[in-house]
Amino acid sequence: MEKTKITIAASGLNNIDSPGPGIPVIRGIRESAYFDARIIGLAYENLEPGAYMHDHVDKTYKVPYPSEGSDALMERIRFINSVEHIDVLIPNFDSELYAFMRSADAMLSIGIKTFLPSLKQFEERHKSNLPDFGKKYNVRVPFSKPISSLSDIDRLKEDFDYPLVVKGKFYDAYIAHNKEQAAMYFNRISAKWGLPIVIQEFIKGTEVNVVALGDGFGQTVGAVAMRKQYITDKGKAWGGITLDDQKMLDLTNHIISQTKWRGGMELELIRTEKNELYLIEINPRLPAWVYLAVGAGQNLPEALVKLALGMPVEPYKTYEVGKIFIRYSYDMICDLQEFMKLSTTGEL
Amino acid sequence: MQLKKNIAISETGFLFDPGSGDSYSLNAVGLEILNLIKEGNDQKKITSLITGKYDVEESAFERYLYDFVSSLKHHQILEEDGEN
Repeated sequence: MEKTKITIAASGLNNIDSPGPGIPVIRGIRESAYFDARIIGLAYENLEPGAYMHDHVDKTYKVPYPSEGSDALMERIRFINSVEHIDVLIPNFDSELYAFMRSADAMLSIGIKTFLPSLKQFEERHKSNLPDFGKKYNVRVPFSKPISSLSDIDRLKEDFDYPLVVKGKFYDAYIAHNKEQAAMYFNRISAKWGLPIVIQEFIKGTEVNVVALGDGFGQTVGAVAMRKQYITDKGKAWGGITLDDQKMLDLTNHIISQTKWRGGMELELIRTEKNELYLIEINPRLPAWVYLAVGAGQNLPEALVKLALGMPVEPYKTYEVGKIFIRYSYDMICDLQEFMKLSTTGEL
Repeated sequence: MQLKKNIAISETGFLFDPGSGDSYSLNAVGLEILNLIKEGNDQKKITSLITGKYDVEESAFERYLYDFVSSLKHHQILEEDGEN
């Protein structure tokens, strides 16, 4: 079968110790039986490794930070599209999703398709809205509360027992055992990711995760359950294994069918000793470990591209249990010329 | 007691729980005992089979078996009858 030529733009090329999902998503697409993809990387920083991984990324363009707003982003995307004629764009960072969702119609008008959650779906699964989400969709969630001031920490004892979890609105989470630690983490996270900070009840158990893809009509196109086997000091999985856990998959199907989730997602769950599952977070995009799903038999990045193009997709029903991923670091040797080109012209 | 559903045991003594993702290594005797449990033998029968085969005091083996079974239950590899 001849593969369909296609141009796909993807961000999240920071394949570092806290990796973005860009390269794993691209690996899935590269292995597609249907698509012969030209990959356009969208980079925020000059040293995002993916920009220099020419086996994976054909051409990279620097793009403005999401904090500069949707207009600046769209202006740059329009220029890139005038050169590259992008068919599908896959944003892979939580922090940029809002800007891309707001620009989805504008992108479609110039021929760029996306497959993103709606603004409503994106907003209601926010960490700060998790208790309402749990109530609305009948999902067990830890009690949580957003705070915006250091002085709120003194009042936490009215609602929480220590330890509790201090979380940033996009990234980072720390367990605080007393109010001094809570204040320290409040300052650390708010300096990096802004306010509010979300305080969450600490649930004792094992963290397990699901990567999934919803078709936007309530159907789960694919879902793979995983447990982290090795966790870095940044809380990132450095090794993980696929699980045979029907309860996790049932919960995923329930959430996708109830919310009619559109796009990739990662569920972060805690399984308690009583085998209860608590939803602690929904990340509204494919996670950095998505290539494990590809390796286990579900090419979710490829399925996402098909959905974006409006192609029919047969849902995945199974995957291989006991598949392991082990992350590794690798020093690429690059010429100064390449770094200079990306730094000065914004293209590589 | 019975082995939890889906537990995979290799010939080399590698044990994998696909529900939790946990894996364990058993030595040769541990593997032999686990296979006896899998076949449906109770602790009394296992004690009789092992003490008949190896040079070990029955009272000592019972103690070791009790510890081993407790450990298997702790790691949720074994379940009491009727839990599945």
